[in-house]
Amino acid sequence: MSNERKFSPETEAQFQKLLTRYPTRLAALIPTLWLGQEEFGHLDRTALAYVAERLELPMSQVVNTCTFYTMFTPVARGKFHIELCTNVACWLRGCREIQQVVEDELGLKHKQTSADGMFTYEEVECLAACDKAPMCQVNGADTYNLTPESFRELIRGLKSKG
Amino acid sequence: MTKLLTKHIHESGCETLNFYVAHGGYSALKKAFKMKPEEVMEEVKKASLRGRGGAGFPAGIKWSFVPKDSDKPKYLVVNADESEPGTFKDRLILEKMAHYLLEGIIISSYAVGIHHCYIYVRGEFWEPVKALQKALEEAYSRGYFGKNILGSGFDLECTIHRGAGAYICGEETGLLESLEGKPGRPRNKPPFPALIGAFGCPTVVNNVETIAYVPSIIELGAEKYLQMGPHQNNGGVKMYCISGHVKKPGVYELPMNTTLRQLIYDHAGGILGDRELKMVIPGGSSTPILMPDQIDVMMDFDELKKLGTFLGSAGTMIVAEGTDIVELAAVIAKFYAHESCGQCTPCREGTDWIYQLVLKIHAGEGTKADIDRILDICNNMKGQTICVLSDALADPMKSIVTKFRHEFEARVVDAA
Repeated sequence: MSNERKFSPETEAQFQKLLTRYPTRLAALIPTLWLGQEEFGHLDRTALAYVAERLELPMSQVVNTCTFYTMFTPVARGKFHIELCTNVACWLRGCREIQQVVEDELGLKHKQTSADGMFTYEEVECLAACDKAPMCQVNGADTYNLTPESFRELIRGLKSKG
Repeated sequence: MTKLLTKHIHESGCETLNFYVAHGGYSALKKAFKMKPEEVMEEVKKASLRGRGGAGFPAGIKWSFVPKDSDKPKYLVVNADESEPGTFKDRLILEKMAHYLLEGIIISSYAVGIHHCYIYVRGEFWEPVKALQKALEEAYSRGYFGKNILGSGFDLECTIHRGAGAYICGEETGLLESLEGKPGRPRNKPPFPALIGAFGCPTVVNNVETIAYVPSIIELGAEKYLQMGPHQNNGGVKMYCISGHVKKPGVYELPMNTTLRQLIYDHAGGILGDRELKMVIPGGSSTPILMPDQIDVMMDFDELKKLGTFLGSAGTMIVAEGTDIVELAAVIAKFYAHESCGQCTPCREGTDWIYQLVLKIHAGEGTKADIDRILDICNNMKGQTICVLSDALADPMKSIVTKFRHEFEARVVDAA
């Protein structure tokens, strides 16, 4: 992979638009980090340096903000990012059994990525869908009312897509 | 009639602008534009619309703290960082009823003299933010945002701002820090956001649900809204979230004199598997628990306070007999240990100490002294920090350990 980082024309247009929405450049930082993560897959030092340069902000300030937020990742995630809610409502409705399925099917623990780069598994806190617990997100798409069976099926389906 | 926001929720297309307008949407805005801004604010004050994010502070009063003749711009920041465990009403509003929020934003901004609104949406809300974006584009395209809205001479811009994963950004000053591009570490108050908020300017920060009720209040008038829930200080209706061990978890829009018993048994269908009720987390995991003999309480801000707990964000979680309370305590403690922003020592250290002690007891390796140590740490965390995240673990943990002490004692190595 090249060390060069540059927004595609589409991303550049979004970037220019968001600069007009805030009274300070710093306020555009988090939205720009999102653009960067979507464009580059993850935010390593090179990507952060590019964001810092584009916003004319010190690298230290960019790193300080970026590392505070759990959704920004400095390393590449798997093709399928599975985030399982393990907070109260999902726990009351059986998320421990779902965690067991991850262990059995993928052999992954919290924040691990499979060797083939297919899956990253993360245990997350409440995603505000407690009436449909237990739930998870796969690449940002919500899946509700999980049972061990439905979740096993979901993972096997993703495996076959890979 | 008890439903305002959720009237049409099960009808297809209810999230679209056409549907909304066909069912009377944006008519409150036209009515508001015929009123003076201060009359709009007065109406919201009279409706005693109390903040639905957790604090219960009256919205109209909050608005009135913003200086009228400020030479700086003023901002409205809508808090859509819904992260309090057990709360999922704002998600529903964004996904199905975003135009109620958008119309509320315009009316509220008009009342306070604001020309730019930011909607801060939690980063994990991929699907809700898409729905909101679509609704906002629709509203812009029909002239509900931008310059000279509906020929009123009033201008308003609205920007959706996504967070990136941090519970603390739901705290209003943490949210403002985050909006400004910094880590979401809460600020000392005063100054309050009404004077120095976003970008050093006067700012109103309100929860999604609070703003979404504004059009109904203007449409009906404060008097009628108040009468929907017969308590003067807890007027109208609100959205209750109920989850955990109930047959029909969901969001229920109900008058504020609804009792917890009615919520559980009449609306949510009773306890899953017809088990006995063990305890209730009434307003999100930051609120002290209630026992089964306390469920005749009315679910409003003042009545719950009398029982030493809070309505919070109305994220009611029901726990049935047979649940391991020590493990539940660990699940709760882990959350706060994970989400503490770390700037205040009592919270940064205390939340993790409690989590480690509960884990130790859960593993059967704790002692009676560890139980007292948890209570001691709780006492030393409360009221010692910039924001209330510390109290948000200390209060419920103290209530859980006190009310279920026997379950903790049964797990310790020096059990009697």
